[in-house]
Amino acid sequence: MANRWINRLTDRDVTDEAQYLNRRQIMGGAMAGLGLAGLGQGAAAQEGLTPNDYEDITQYNNYYEFGTGKDDPAKYAGGLTTAPWTVTIAGMVDKPGDYAFEDIMKAMTIEERIYRLRCVEAWSMVVPWNGFELADLLNMAGVQSGAKYVAFETAYRPEEMPGLRFPVLDWPYVEGLRLDEAMHPLTIMATGIYGKDIPNQNGAPLRLVVPWKYGYKSIKSVVRITLTDTQPPTSWNKAAPREYGFYSNVNPKVSHPRWSQADERLIGGGLFARRQPTLMFNGYEEEVASLYEGMDLTANF
Amino acid sequence: MTRLTDALNRAARRTPVWAVYLLLALTIPWFFYQGLTGGLGRDPVKGLEHLYGLWALRLLIAGLAISPLRRVFGVNLLRFRRAIGVMTFVYALAHLAVWALLDVQGLSRIWADILKRPYITIGMAGFLCLVPLAATSNNWSLRKLGARWRKLHRLTYVAALLAALHFLWLAKGFQLEPLVYAGLVAGLLIYRLPLSGLWQKGPRGWATRKGQQRS
Repeated sequence: MANRWINRLTDRDVTDEAQYLNRRQIMGGAMAGLGLAGLGQGAAAQEGLTPNDYEDITQYNNYYEFGTGKDDPAKYAGGLTTAPWTVTIAGMVDKPGDYAFEDIMKAMTIEERIYRLRCVEAWSMVVPWNGFELADLLNMAGVQSGAKYVAFETAYRPEEMPGLRFPVLDWPYVEGLRLDEAMHPLTIMATGIYGKDIPNQNGAPLRLVVPWKYGYKSIKSVVRITLTDTQPPTSWNKAAPREYGFYSNVNPKVSHPRWSQADERLIGGGLFARRQPTLMFNGYEEEVASLYEGMDLTANF
Repeated sequence: MTRLTDALNRAARRTPVWAVYLLLALTIPWFFYQGLTGGLGRDPVKGLEHLYGLWALRLLIAGLAISPLRRVFGVNLLRFRRAIGVMTFVYALAHLAVWALLDVQGLSRIWADILKRPYITIGMAGFLCLVPLAATSNNWSLRKLGARWRKLHRLTYVAALLAALHFLWLAKGFQLEPLVYAGLVAGLLIYRLPLSGLWQKGPRGWATRKGQQRS
């Protein structure tokens, strides 16, 4: 089931960071000469998805278990023990149980996926993930026929996660997907970035990535996956149901009470980067629009 | 306590007011330079916006604290109050400018945000409160307005309340930092409530006469 989706928007053969950076610097240099660095990056992202550099991706994070500042996760996530790591797969599966991270990795095919990441706060990045399709993991556990949803849970470690001392959210962080969303070829469990093991602040050792949804759906450091027949609760929806729905699909036409979602600022463009339009389903409309056929996306935001 | 108070008062007397203006004014381009050169993290627009806003709120709180500092602790920083007030406005203006020009970018979006997003509406209202205060922070206005000047400058309380709410409201989830600032503002505003002589006995007997106007 792996390799069901290939990046069509970027160089398929690019695998290491040096090459990315090299290309980026060449582009950046040429554009800066024209005083168009910000503009150039936006345009490049449209036609050829240039990934953000490693520092952008690993030093600008929302991972509230380590603090609410964007640089808190990079500062404080180092203390998270990620080995050994066990993912409990439970609920409506044929083979429920505790799966060791190494055993999962042995069974999975790791691919590179270069995806846009769109935060609900109206900023975005392009991230070269390494990971495997969630469908492969779910199939390994054997999804039973009655299952309709997949629930996820992040590790809860008060002694390792200083952000848990304050009730910013109802801990532990939980998320959920409809089963067809979870089985979609675009949906992956990421275990790496730029070919390296995923850093703690990005959700080590494995985190969900659902590129057509706002970033908070892509739950980090997953310890539990439960197949259910009822829609599972999700953390931000519990905190503010008026603002965050279950689906949370990127949609420039559905405004959020705090942020217009019509456009976004691509991180990495400096002080004078221009905003760029947000794409329907974050640019993955062709792949995922059919999942929501006939649904009112304003009501099911 | 006494020695500390005396030391603070001596230091305050020796510090020229222009130095406070200069320091606060130079910090604005310094922050901007930091944003340009990567000192404000991976998203310098948000970093700069937040920093200017945070300092505007801090200065607002500092301005409100001057009166209780004197009455309760005997620390007299009254001569810096105008500088702090004027620079509060300048920081709020810088905050607004970064938001409008570098973050939101575009008049229609600015309007839409002010109208549609309550925390921005509140922030904008708070800024508008500061405009007449900054405009009348000079001796000529003080003489010209007489007793009305005091009344007008109570707008500071409204501005502080709105600024604290703005910060509380824009935070996602239940966050500590905006709560701390809101607590400080609330404390300083409660201090101004005409409660019967609750605050009037300072450690050094900085008692106020009954019915005396608080500022």
